Amino acid sequence: MEKVETLEYTYKDFASDQEVKWCPGCGDYAILKSVQKVMPEIGVKKEDMVFVSGIGCSSRFPYYMNTYGFHSIHGRAPALATGVKLANPSLSVWQITGDGDALAIGGNHFIHAIRRNVDLNILLFNNRIYGLTKGQFSPTTDLGHKTKSSPQGTIDNPFNPGELVIGASGHFFARITDTNPKMMQKVIKSAAEHSGTCVVEIMQNCVIFNDKVFSDYTAKENKIDSIINIEHGKPMLFGANNEKGLILKGFKLEVGIIGENGVTEDDILIHDAYEEDNTMHMMLAKLKMPIVNGVIRAFEDETFEIRLKKQVEEIERTSKFKSVNDLFTSGETWEIK
Amino acid sequence: MGTTAVQELEKVVIKFAGDSGDGMQLTGTQFTGTSALLGNDIATFPDYPAEIRAPQGTVAGVSGFQVHIGQTQIYTPGDQPDVLVAMNAAALKANIGEVARGKTIILDIDNFKRKDWEKAGFEEDPLESGLLSDYHVIEAPITSLTRTALQDLGLDNKSITRSKNMFALGMVYWMFSRPLDYTERFLKDKFATKELIYKGNVKALKAGFNYADTIEALSSASTILPADMEPGLYKNIMGNEATAWGFLAAAEKSGKELFLGSYPITPASEILHEISKYKHFGAKAFQAEDEIAGIVSSIGASFAGDLAITTTSGPGLALKGEALGLAVMTELPLVVVDVQRGGPSTGLPTKTEQSDLMQALYGRNGESPVIVVAAKSPADCFDMAFIASKLTLEHVTPVILLTDGYVANGSQPWKIKKIEDLDTITPHDADKNMMNWQPYERDTNSLARYMVYPGMEGYEHRIGGLEKDGITGNISYDPKNHEEMVKIREEKVQRVANYIPELEIHGAQEGDLLVVGWGGTFGSLTTAINQCEVNERSVGQAHFSYIKPLPKNTAEVFGKFKKIVVCELNNGQLVNYLRAELPQFKYLQYNKIQGLPFRVSELTEEFVKILEA
Repeated sequence: MEKVETLEYTYKDFASDQEVKWCPGCGDYAILKSVQKVMPEIGVKKEDMVFVSGIGCSSRFPYYMNTYGFHSIHGRAPALATGVKLANPSLSVWQITGDGDALAIGGNHFIHAIRRNVDLNILLFNNRIYGLTKGQFSPTTDLGHKTKSSPQGTIDNPFNPGELVIGASGHFFARITDTNPKMMQKVIKSAAEHSGTCVVEIMQNCVIFNDKVFSDYTAKENKIDSIINIEHGKPMLFGANNEKGLILKGFKLEVGIIGENGVTEDDILIHDAYEEDNTMHMMLAKLKMPIVNGVIRAFEDETFEIRLKKQVEEIERTSKFKSVNDLFTSGETWEIK
Repeated sequence: MGTTAVQELEKVVIKFAGDSGDGMQLTGTQFTGTSALLGNDIATFPDYPAEIRAPQGTVAGVSGFQVHIGQTQIYTPGDQPDVLVAMNAAALKANIGEVARGKTIILDIDNFKRKDWEKAGFEEDPLESGLLSDYHVIEAPITSLTRTALQDLGLDNKSITRSKNMFALGMVYWMFSRPLDYTERFLKDKFATKELIYKGNVKALKAGFNYADTIEALSSASTILPADMEPGLYKNIMGNEATAWGFLAAAEKSGKELFLGSYPITPASEILHEISKYKHFGAKAFQAEDEIAGIVSSIGASFAGDLAITTTSGPGLALKGEALGLAVMTELPLVVVDVQRGGPSTGLPTKTEQSDLMQALYGRNGESPVIVVAAKSPADCFDMAFIASKLTLEHVTPVILLTDGYVANGSQPWKIKKIEDLDTITPHDADKNMMNWQPYERDTNSLARYMVYPGMEGYEHRIGGLEKDGITGNISYDPKNHEEMVKIREEKVQRVANYIPELEIHGAQEGDLLVVGWGGTFGSLTTAINQCEVNERSVGQAHFSYIKPLPKNTAEVFGKFKKIVVCELNNGQLVNYLRAELPQFKYLQYNKIQGLPFRVSELTEEFVKILEA
């Protein structure tokens, strides 16, 4: 994409003329606002941005962005985004999806997009429920949770999106909450700057069908002790006075309190998001209490479209067919007079 | 060549049959290539099991390749072989029913031991039972002669035995006065790094040729003189290859890059293979994770400005249905190729059928019209792929191109086309000077909307699968707007009739019987009609390349004949579509659903029956 130093956009330039129709109080509003605020900062022209989506509440998102947009069909947006990017690699392509769209009906496309590492930014709005179809459980709904389609509680094990992304050999995974706009903007910007498939999981509150599902983490009284905001190169500390941190005990991550049980500042792990080996990233993604927010993994590698470009150049150099006409007249031919 | 006088034949049908590991497809294509270079007209038909290596020596594992060559125009691979080459007892068992009495059968006698014919399912020795008494049988020890010929080369036993197909080919080359140089060149290229195997194959080929000369395999060697074909430069082409090339040509001609999103499926995969080779022509072949991702990635590429296509067979088309509806709804150019095979479900993956027509026309939720066209022969796949691309880009609506296993795998001489000689393709793009462009503003003639692509400043817009306002494209649930939009999308497809050729009548221009067909049955039907003409019947033929919309003069053509019979390799699909579209006519139907093409003889028999009824 054409990088330009300064674009005189404000967030308002990214708001379309369409009325936003999510439920009052929905977490999606905060995400939309954050994305619109980040876009002027990523150095991409508005006409070079494409927002694609599947089906679900979150998938209405492209209608509200004053860029190119495509609201497609349930679960298939990763394939659509891939087609857009391969057709025109100079575009900045964003996929907006939800936990049902990405992890249930679109699970196959999701993992294969991640595996290929096409330069896409996937924002996964995880509210652990189906909203648009009015309240059935999703692949991320907690075990035992009662919903319209699980009146006795769910009996299927939920996915942890981070585990799935890293398990599918993902190169970039980040997690944020819809209640922390500053952090959201910072992380979304990191995704924009990373080449390859980026997945940003946003813990998003559905005020109608799954209200307060994340309150263990996001409620004022809880967040200090239940969320660790991590940054590359910094010790993974949290708590009111940063007195707590992640330490490694055997093969397990644990919370250590500095000054207790012989834990010192030196025992606190330093976050390395750029490490190729994903073992530690997987452990961070899996941690439930406290939960890790921020860019967990950001390993840069050659993207699919760069490899494609290299192949094209190689064939251009070696092929005996320089044009389609060459090909048509190749091999054994005969003339009839 | 021996001293025997060479007899001239008008045409001949040869079938090579053996175990699926015996190299019969290669043998057949070599005979085809050699004959093509001699200027014969040709049609071929490979017939192989769905299993890669079915049990050796059994009828299920028999692989065959039939080739029809002639000095007159050849439209089909032929009903019945004049020469059958059977490399083992199972190949004889599988094919003997196809060979008319008095014809020639070459047997590799080394594979007719008791265990061989028992495994093939014969109850008694076919060589002794009298089964072959009415045939001209050549009992040739092909395997052992190949071994003897190659024993001093230092090749391993397996490689020696694998060369026996070249021995058999050499024999047939002698019988029909074919030169060996085409195959020698081919072998040199194929085994460029395996000198010994190359030598072994050539030696087997020559040994077979000389052996046939020595035993005077036929009472005299025959030849088929060059066919009387339109002047020009030709090459032999397979249907799937021609389809791929048609798209390459269309991309070049439209000034667009080609994007193929596809998932492997028999019998369509060769199109994916072929396009994958030419990334440097701006042709991106993307092997997706499934059929759905294949079409959806293409829809994304179309939105971003490529000529977008997806290739599949019947089961894949079923999976693509929802996404094709999205392309209809958003009104994006897209070509879907369905290389039809026997269904439903997995059905008969390697056998041909025309049973996806209803699926192509109606197999989606909602009112979801698309243009439907069909290819009638291997070489016609090039033209129809090109035309499908032209229609989709100029009318901004999806097109389904139907081919089938028979035309996809068959081959035929193709008069080589040059890019500069092809029709123009003008994508229906918005003019940069268009004032106040709106996403769903239309051309008043074609009703096509004007395309803009991401990257164009000032044209940012959103599209999607929800019903949209007829001008702005914004979501609209307005009842009247929906009804209007449904009708506009249908009308847009119907208006394509103003841009396609009229239906032609071949044979009698009016009279007793009109034979109607579509797609891959063209060759069989044409040959059958030609024979009826000889019988001085007033029989005409109308063959549909354009099915939706129908050519404008269809009713006029139908009205010229007393009877109409619609012939299809399905249970009656075009016929029911015609009954719905043009109910004023009475339609007879003739259907075959055996995974096999029509035989000319069964068609002429049927036509005579109808004429005499």
